[in-house]
Amino acid sequence: MSEKRAPAAPPSADAESVGGVERTQLQMILSRFLRHRAAMISLVVLVAIIAAAFLGPFVWRWDHTVHLEIPPSVPPGADHPLGTTTAGHDVLGQLMRGAQQTLKVAFTVSIMGTVVGSLWGATAGYYGGRVDSLMMRVVDVFMIVPLLVMVAAIAGNARAGTTWYAVALIIGFFSWAQIARVVRGVVLSLREQEFVEAARAAGASPSWIIVRHLLPNAAGPIIVAATLLIAVAILLEAGMSFLQFGIQPPDISLGQMIGDARTAASTRPWLFYPPGVLLVVICLTINFIGDGLRDALDPRQSMVRR
Amino acid sequence: MTTTDHMSNEETVPPGTGDVVLEVRDLSVTFPSDDGPLPAVREVSYVLRRGEALGIVGESGSGKSVTSMAIMGLLPKNARVEGSAKVLGQEIVGLKDAQISKVRGNKIAMIFQDPLTSLNPVYTVGYQIAEAVLAHRKVGKKAAMARALELLELVGIPNPEQRLKQYPHELSGGMRQRVVIAVAMANEPDVIIADEPTTALDVTVQAQVLEALEAARKETGAALVLITHDLGVVAGHVDRIGVMYGGRMVEMGPVEEVFYRPRMPYALGLLGSLPRLDEDRSERLTPIMGTPPSLLALPRGCAFAPRCPMARSVCHEEEPRLLATDENGERVRVPVEDTDAHTAACHFSEELENAQPTDLFKGTAVDADTVEAVDEEERQAEEALAEVGGSSDTADGSGREAILTVRDLVKHFPIRSKGLLKRRIGEVQAVSGISLDLYEHETLALVGESGCGKSTTARLMLQLIKQTSGEIGYKGQALHSMSPRQMRPLRRDLQLVFQDPFASLDPRMTVSDIIAEPMRIHGERNGGAKKRVRELLELVGLNSEHGSRYPHEFSGGQRQRIGIARALALNPKVLILDEPVSALDVSIQAGVINLLEDLQDDLGLSYLFVSHDLSVVKHIADRVAVMYLGKIVETGTTDQLFSAPAHPYTQALISAIPLPDPVKERTRERIVVTGDVPSPANPPSGCRFRTRCPKFADELSENERVKCVEEPPELLDRGTGHQDACHYSRAVELF
Repeated sequence: MSEKRAPAAPPSADAESVGGVERTQLQMILSRFLRHRAAMISLVVLVAIIAAAFLGPFVWRWDHTVHLEIPPSVPPGADHPLGTTTAGHDVLGQLMRGAQQTLKVAFTVSIMGTVVGSLWGATAGYYGGRVDSLMMRVVDVFMIVPLLVMVAAIAGNARAGTTWYAVALIIGFFSWAQIARVVRGVVLSLREQEFVEAARAAGASPSWIIVRHLLPNAAGPIIVAATLLIAVAILLEAGMSFLQFGIQPPDISLGQMIGDARTAASTRPWLFYPPGVLLVVICLTINFIGDGLRDALDPRQSMVRR
Repeated sequence: MTTTDHMSNEETVPPGTGDVVLEVRDLSVTFPSDDGPLPAVREVSYVLRRGEALGIVGESGSGKSVTSMAIMGLLPKNARVEGSAKVLGQEIVGLKDAQISKVRGNKIAMIFQDPLTSLNPVYTVGYQIAEAVLAHRKVGKKAAMARALELLELVGIPNPEQRLKQYPHELSGGMRQRVVIAVAMANEPDVIIADEPTTALDVTVQAQVLEALEAARKETGAALVLITHDLGVVAGHVDRIGVMYGGRMVEMGPVEEVFYRPRMPYALGLLGSLPRLDEDRSERLTPIMGTPPSLLALPRGCAFAPRCPMARSVCHEEEPRLLATDENGERVRVPVEDTDAHTAACHFSEELENAQPTDLFKGTAVDADTVEAVDEEERQAEEALAEVGGSSDTADGSGREAILTVRDLVKHFPIRSKGLLKRRIGEVQAVSGISLDLYEHETLALVGESGCGKSTTARLMLQLIKQTSGEIGYKGQALHSMSPRQMRPLRRDLQLVFQDPFASLDPRMTVSDIIAEPMRIHGERNGGAKKRVRELLELVGLNSEHGSRYPHEFSGGQRQRIGIARALALNPKVLILDEPVSALDVSIQAGVINLLEDLQDDLGLSYLFVSHDLSVVKHIADRVAVMYLGKIVETGTTDQLFSAPAHPYTQALISAIPLPDPVKERTRERIVVTGDVPSPANPPSGCRFRTRCPKFADELSENERVKCVEEPPELLDRGTGHQDACHYSRAVELF
């Protein structure tokens, strides 16, 4: 028909080219996360804090206990970069130990609450009907009980609230309900999606569907809830310590430090601000990292701008 | 009153514009996006004369809706609109929102696709129509309400006085769309833009709404711009037609010219890829290769060139203009005002004079490149098949053994009261006693409008939901009494393909994982699964390298192929296809239909094809069962059913399908049903179709009607396996 023909690429059913080299899923998630600036900065800061909290005590000559050689109430200076308390603690030593305990509590609570809450919520949402009603009534009970009162009551009676893991277990036990609620809501809409039906048609069992389809697709809200839970746990622990139900002296946590220094904020600010600022920084970084993770885990997010 | 209004309108037309009511010149719309400017519409020009109907067709993303939104001034603020659009000589582009509001709804009105969302649920229907009147006319509330009543009558709504006081949710979809039309008509606009006005509706309702639109338009003398993807809808309802592709108008002309003598390969391809009611099944569809271009990366030259079988080097370099072809075969410029001209944006439109879609898109001598590509693909598919092996023992069709049988299947969904107790206060009779047989290596189509229970039936057959009563047998095994655990191994043989290729693939899994999932569920080794995934991808015509990508990176047609590959992963015997092509664009749909046909031939599959689209069904099915309100009203072979439909519902359904052929579409005899499908929670007594039956309404005597009201008709054989459920059935030839 014509003597000239275009050197066109043969049209095929998949003419769409998405470009780029093939990469594994993990690499793609990683590269998306690396592009998230706020999350990356936060990660660096958080890693630094964790390193300082866990490795610092090995390097620094003062620990968090009272030492007779430490002069009381010294403002920050060369010997004691963050000053000392009236009783003779080194504030830097206290801060590192306190951050360590607080972080351990926070992460334990978050992991525990997220795992239990997600599974609970996803199961309730997937089955629906009576199972859902029953499971969600249990959640309601956990939600309406004032958290701090319950935690305080149990910790006060159990006489076990002196170690960090006991505190973490108690807080964790009472804080998964919120996540269960969030996950159930997401799963309720997800289970109506056709890909869930497709999996059922292929013969998948409910546990397969929950683990392989529902939870990954609920990852965004779960991660947000988990990071919020970290912040909540830190604050709860601080509150408990403040009320003397949390980690007991001579051990120390950030909350306890803030509680002890509450009257000294204006007279001896070096006792109050370091733990206060550190607490805020930890919560902020964790929130940003959560945002980054949420975006990185979503394959539909082609670019992450911030 | 309308005629006088019409007259007065004409007097207000500024001199010099003649009878042109809408003039669009070089209209371009660009959206800023993160990946650079996105040219959604490029240099579109057309004029619309008083009372004229212009159809604009195109696939999703062709810019047809954006054009009309630009004319209405409804685009978001960040859109850059260039060019000009004049309504009755008044420039619209660049006007402030407050100024446009004076024109919008008054001189130019719009009807949107979804009647569910374009009406406000908290106001009565009457209030909303009156509101439109009050916005532009200085009349009292009483007068506005009177006008609303008048308008409801105009669009053919029964009992308009009552309807005025009702809220949108109390009306059916068809009624709501009529109300939207009434709102658009409220101020007797000169131009009505209807953007896919019937896409969300069933075919029988679509026919009614199109009629109402036509009637309303005649009454007010308004010009119409009908935007749709359905070539059948435009064929019968417009005078002129414009075809859009890649943001440009690529062909424009009188409707007969464009349908019978297309001058642009794209229009020709669209017509060829459309399954038609008035054509034989034996003809294979001729899909257009490839997918529509991304507007972000439009090819240099003609946007259609990468998919065009007759593309030459000039096509890849120079973008063709919209020109007419004169007697000598020269491409010449014609003024936009020349509404009789047939223009096309193709460098070689004169060569298309007498071309047939088959010549061009499957043609032998036309384009060796494409043919090679096709051959190559077929060869690959065959190789893949040979590797798949095993299940292609199709030759012996001696025993017509029913592979899947359904007997007296019933499914009632309970309606529960709100609140804590959730008492059962009624039930939706989704499926009320149907029987079906699916034979080996055949396609049985289950046809009906939305809410007739066809999808429920499909899910019951797979035991994805439990039946209320009835039996389902697969190769002698009683599926209906199996526990989910017992059912699991049988799921290998029975697979499902879904309607929505976007929702049916888990967005968090790669394509490989999606296709391999059924194998993993059934405990196959990972290594074997990987190899099989590659085979399957090739089998459905996708690049096997693409397994590591995510579903959102693929277009609709490609995703549907992924869904089919997943369904084939376990070598099933039966595929249940739930509206597998209805979410796809026409040019893509044809490719998927062909793929399904090939797979059936090669793998010896049995299909249960659930669809509302009779044209597709006629093309693909061996036998058809028509469902209405949970019952089968007629069943027979495809030939029997389409050549001599006996049940009035089947007849109405067939005649409601618009034909993509302007002359046939305008002249054909219609059997029209009135009203909407009754609620399955409270179906009519006796024959369920009687409330809408044209035969019941017009032909039957009082005595004869009693039987329809009291006695449910049974599905009876009228000889040669053609069964229908009507007391007074009579076969009618519709073609």
